[in-house]
Amino acid sequence: MTAALSLSGIGHSYFGRTVVDRIDLAVGRGEVVALVGPSGCGKSTLVHIAANVIEPRRGTVARGYRRHGMVFQSPRLLPWATALDNIAYPLRITGVRRAERARKAREAAARVAFDAADLGKYPVELSGGMQQRVAIARALVVEPDFVFFDEPFTALDAALKRRMQDLVIDASRAAHFAALFVTHDLMEAARIVHRILVLDVAGRGVAGERVLEGEPGEREDRAVFERVQSFLHDDPLFRHIHDVDERKVA
Amino acid sequence: MTAWADRLGRTGRFLWSAWSGLAALSLLAALWQYGHEVYGDFILPAPLDTLRAMGAILSDPAAWDIAVLTSRRAVEGFAVSALAGAALGLAAGYSPATMRAARPLVTVLLGVPPIAWIVLAMIWFGSSDGTVVVTILIASSPLVFVGVAEGVTTRDRSLDDMARAFGAGPVKRLTTLGLRHVAAHLFPALAISLGTAFKVAVMAELLANVGGIGGELARARANLDVAGALGWVLVSVAALIAFEYGVVHPVRAEFERWRVAALPWGVKR
Repeated sequence: MTAALSLSGIGHSYFGRTVVDRIDLAVGRGEVVALVGPSGCGKSTLVHIAANVIEPRRGTVARGYRRHGMVFQSPRLLPWATALDNIAYPLRITGVRRAERARKAREAAARVAFDAADLGKYPVELSGGMQQRVAIARALVVEPDFVFFDEPFTALDAALKRRMQDLVIDASRAAHFAALFVTHDLMEAARIVHRILVLDVAGRGVAGERVLEGEPGEREDRAVFERVQSFLHDDPLFRHIHDVDERKVA
Repeated sequence: MTAWADRLGRTGRFLWSAWSGLAALSLLAALWQYGHEVYGDFILPAPLDTLRAMGAILSDPAAWDIAVLTSRRAVEGFAVSALAGAALGLAAGYSPATMRAARPLVTVLLGVPPIAWIVLAMIWFGSSDGTVVVTILIASSPLVFVGVAEGVTTRDRSLDDMARAFGAGPVKRLTTLGLRHVAAHLFPALAISLGTAFKVAVMAELLANVGGIGGELARARANLDVAGALGWVLVSVAALIAFEYGVVHPVRAEFERWRVAALPWGVKR
């Protein structure tokens, strides 16, 4: 079986400064993989390369999936468009007819439990959590079989974060999409993914990986917590996970 | 359906807000009346007399032709300068090299007083429509250019990245994001350049002696007909207001519905 996504020998630099180098990774079909690493190690750059937002300087990206969606750290909604039009935006790019767009956008909004009464509102009228819901619906509206998440819930409070994580778990199980989920929150990763990839501190390759037991969404909170504690205290792979190098945060 | 109801409500609010505009104009008229009572009929005719003069002008069908002639020239010049300014502004916004070359040119064009352009245009085009239109083009297209170029350079690049992630090519990004963002900067620039177009049109007509409202003003001056001159000024202001509130504002309101949604309740009403 071919992988849904495989990166080989990926390297990238901004203005001569190498951000990531020699990255090889593969994501299987229907597999949700977390990409973790300390701040500024190039996680974000890597996922932008994988999602075809940035052209890499070196290496190749092989995409075995049909269509992808993406959720960013900030919602990145069009301020002049209503929630409905924002969700439908990717369909507008691909030239879907207006009536069809509205129907699919309503379906996607229902999938993320976004209240239909709020679909006519503009982003400024929505709370942060609702905006991020719109962003997730926008990623799901194209019926993707792969979704990129770039630290999507960092700005949300703990309770909301949990609800959003459940949303992603449910959506990935229902639609059976594969996903690459960038985060620096190990608890988040341990809740929603099958496998955790740890990026090297300086972005030089993948330092290692840990496969998590059980299916996302079926794990006990207690077991997840203990697993994360054991990662942090006993596992050398996660030693540098909370290192911060502000200069490299881009 | 709700969109049309929304539009109707907006129009209603817009018309209602005319009361405050009327109050401000009444205040101006009161000051004017005071000036009239101090300086007398010859220097400053009373506002009511001026209105009567305007009424007399407008009751003459030939005067309508004159007002339409000036409006047509102004709108032509405005349309040409809006198109030229917007096209060049887009090019400069997307290409930093063009921008660097265009900036000093804009400074020079804006630095030369319109009156100098009128003299040059009179020499080049003689007493024709071309003189008026070219003067408007030179005087008001830099305003549109700067507005549009500013709009393009201040666009949200993270939205561009988002669109790219969903597979949008350069053309789709321009049509769905770039132009939409530029529109927000374009409309204020258009409103200003429209005002400039009318003013420059009247001025160019007066100096180039090509008829229109400017020509009538020149005649009123020759006859020392102050009420007539003020009447023609009112006519040209009325023509500008009719075009601005009839065309420019409704189009802008359609584009900026989201901005209104962002306003707190007290500011909206």
